[in-house]
Amino acid sequence: MVFDYSWLIGGPQGSGVDTAANIFSRVGTKLGYHVFGKREYHSNIKGLHSYFVVRLSDNKIRSNVNGANIMVAFDAETMIRHGLSISKNGAIIYDSSIVNTSIDEIPTIEADHRVRLDEFFKSKNMEPKVSSIIELAKESGVNVYPISFWDALSNIADELKRPELSRMTRMFNVLGVSFSLGVLKAPIAPLLESIEEIFSTKPTIADLNKKAANFAYNYASAKFSGFNASLNETDKEPNIMLVQGHQGSALGKMVCGCRFQSYYPITPASDESEFLETHEILQVKEDRPGSTTIVQTEDEISAIGMAVGASLTGTRSATSTSGPGFSLMAETLGWAGINEVPVVISLFQRSGPSTGLPTRHGQDDLLFAINAGHGEFPRIVYASGDVEDSFYDTGKCFNFADIFQLPVIHILDKFIASSVVTCNRFEPDLVSIDRGKLLEKIDGDYKRFAHSPDGISPRSKLGLENGVFWNTGDESDEHGHISEDPVNRIQMMDKRQKKVEQILTLVPKNDQAVAYGKSDICIVSWGSPKGPILDAIEMHRKEGHEIGFIDIKLLEPFPTEHVKSLLKDSSVIVDIEANMTAQLGSLIRKNLLKDPDYYVLKYTGRPMTCIEIFDSLKKILEKKAEKRQVLLYGD
Amino acid sequence: MAIKLGDYKTGVHNDWCPGCGDFGIVNAIQMSLAEMQIPKHKAAIFSGIGCSGKTSHFINTYGVHTLHGRVLTFAQGAKIANPEMTIIAAGGDGDGLGIGAGHFVAAGRRNVNMTYIIFDNAVYGLTKGQASPTLKLGEQTKSLSNPNPNYNVNPIALAISSGFTFVARSYSYDVRQLKDLITAAVNHKGLAFIDVLQPCPTYNDLYTRDWFGGLDQINEETKKPTPRIYNLADVGYDPVVHYSTTTELNEKLAQALEKSLEWGDKIPTGIFYKNELVTPYTKRITDKVPNYLENPAAKQKISKNGKTTTDISEILDSLSV
Repeated sequence: MVFDYSWLIGGPQGSGVDTAANIFSRVGTKLGYHVFGKREYHSNIKGLHSYFVVRLSDNKIRSNVNGANIMVAFDAETMIRHGLSISKNGAIIYDSSIVNTSIDEIPTIEADHRVRLDEFFKSKNMEPKVSSIIELAKESGVNVYPISFWDALSNIADELKRPELSRMTRMFNVLGVSFSLGVLKAPIAPLLESIEEIFSTKPTIADLNKKAANFAYNYASAKFSGFNASLNETDKEPNIMLVQGHQGSALGKMVCGCRFQSYYPITPASDESEFLETHEILQVKEDRPGSTTIVQTEDEISAIGMAVGASLTGTRSATSTSGPGFSLMAETLGWAGINEVPVVISLFQRSGPSTGLPTRHGQDDLLFAINAGHGEFPRIVYASGDVEDSFYDTGKCFNFADIFQLPVIHILDKFIASSVVTCNRFEPDLVSIDRGKLLEKIDGDYKRFAHSPDGISPRSKLGLENGVFWNTGDESDEHGHISEDPVNRIQMMDKRQKKVEQILTLVPKNDQAVAYGKSDICIVSWGSPKGPILDAIEMHRKEGHEIGFIDIKLLEPFPTEHVKSLLKDSSVIVDIEANMTAQLGSLIRKNLLKDPDYYVLKYTGRPMTCIEIFDSLKKILEKKAEKRQVLLYGD
Repeated sequence: MAIKLGDYKTGVHNDWCPGCGDFGIVNAIQMSLAEMQIPKHKAAIFSGIGCSGKTSHFINTYGVHTLHGRVLTFAQGAKIANPEMTIIAAGGDGDGLGIGAGHFVAAGRRNVNMTYIIFDNAVYGLTKGQASPTLKLGEQTKSLSNPNPNYNVNPIALAISSGFTFVARSYSYDVRQLKDLITAAVNHKGLAFIDVLQPCPTYNDLYTRDWFGGLDQINEETKKPTPRIYNLADVGYDPVVHYSTTTELNEKLAQALEKSLEWGDKIPTGIFYKNELVTPYTKRITDKVPNYLENPAAKQKISKNGKTTTDISEILDSLSV
């Protein structure tokens, strides 16, 4: 029997939930499990609810399931929000002091949610209290394990003769994860090792946490020894890493030679820039150290302006942002388009419009990425489906930018950025670097925008002798000087547009769209639904149903012919994406002249789970599905 | 072989209005480049949008005609990526102090080693004479249907309070002074700003060449005009911060701010404020990345035979749990 187990920890933002999840994920990885974790949080610094679900499995996993098997709740809100999502035979470990807390005492639950909860408890004829949740959980076969987190703190404080520790509620997280691992009878060594690694720069804190972990682990394993599931050492695959979502594209940038990144702080993109800055000095084989110059700018207009300016010097340059920031970049995007400047914009989508759900997931910006900026100019829009893809795709995006001399929008999103996953160790040797027609030496006359059969002119860079050129946002002649001549205009527009054909010819088919199995029923999607889709079709395969899946990565220009050929044996097409209006669906309709037969959409701001997709596909297989299914799961 | 003044000129037809103050600024930039003998591939002129935006097309160095208000963003990106380049940014007062005011302030805080020249004529010329940020409240240039309802920006004061470390003003008909100031600005270690008063003969009928020349201020004894423009250097003004003491710094800042308020019968030009004791952005980077200047972004080798030379194995090791 395959082991597949999800652990949930929740708590107020700023209370250290992330650290606890980090410890749990590391322990899972050390034991040899595949790990998939995701973080959900409010747009808030301290106090509002955040939670982390970490799924462990013997098999490769790429998404979360609905609910969890075991949960830690040291605050009432976590219990109220997630208590009923714990599966039968699972466990809830909770702080005994929260039992009598009523919903009215939790100000951080939104008003609408409160009304829904009141109605729920009324329907059950129960008081709107934590104790009712515990009662219901027990009825559904969940083990409930009350522990006084406060007493545990006091015990540790007494033992260490440090009375101030008895008020250190931040320790609840280490206690929570250690109680969980005690209940799950995991070996203790990986727990202590993980704590040591996470706090490696703060030995006293590491020591303190290890003592607390020891105490909590021993307490829970002794008291709740009868629990039915356990974590064991399993056969660990070699070369496995535990990475956070934003690290994929950051590491990709280091490897492919991006040496300049400008950004303005925005969720969920900034983590990537901060990771790059933390590692700004780079080791280079057989050479002196290199570096990435990271500039925090005054706004996103400046961020893209600086990246474009840096690119003119021949530097591989990027900026990283989310929807609101990308909106501000639209004008400069057009400038990069008309001036044929290679620049990469890492677009970490979140839910819009406007500020929308600023810390939540969404894929609402596909059509905007394709159309942003006034006027007509070629660009590439390229999407990555998961962390591992994002590492390799980043290198491809920089190659596209250099080869075709245009802006490349690399689409990622909040789901990818805030997931924590095990994956194969990245292989930098698989990343090739192709700078296209960038010149290192020029003799004789030079014209930056010289006409050429493929529309792509040899490119000089600031500082190169004999390579002087002019750029302008106006239409220009071959030198780059302003020209409003109608004949020149059409030549230049056509020159730039030739790149579209070049892209569709030169970008390898397997980089345009990837087919994961073909079948009569075939899913089309783009970006981060990839993980839950792959998990869901795997589940269907086990039940004897083959479902195909085509992950479209090149979204602009749209690889019509390739997608058509991949879909030629499928009679039922299911479009799955995380937005309201099925934006990929509109591209399919426009380019393939075909309306997908089914749409599975989610726009609650929460990522799709494999269970949701499995269920929606099941309805389609049973021919019971509506044309448009909207997914709602998650808090 | 010496680079001649003519080498910095392009053959592009100059379409500015006859008598436009812009000509003097382009000439001064070219004269300054020739004086410093900067090879044309080692210099880049970045410009904004409007009449002044065309400046980069008339100068035979790398020329980057950017977007309205955004010139400083492009210019700083290029300079930070390739600090060997001599970078001069140019734009109108509407470009730099209206739509681009946020970048102006942020650039001051960064103190990147480059020069920014504002063509200050108090109108939006290319769009036919609307009021720009340096036109004063209540003033009405000829194409305005009503007096200007907005208070003016004081470019010198704004630059000083934003952190620019070289702040000067010049007058586009005093090409020699302007050339000297541009050379001083380029040689300055930090971000230099020159506000160039520049008559727009077509749309600004208030700040005309005659007005700056004081034709309305005839000296009763000599019967000659009393020019409004004078040079701070001629009146014993010392703009330089010599020591890093708060007292001296505050005195020099206060003195420059006070001088920036002088307007009307007498208008000061020259260097208002110069402080090389503030760390340039370069230094702020080398403090973290010691070999940045020898091996900046634009100079780094990133591949060998199409494969990466960057070694991230240490980071990958740290992620291998």
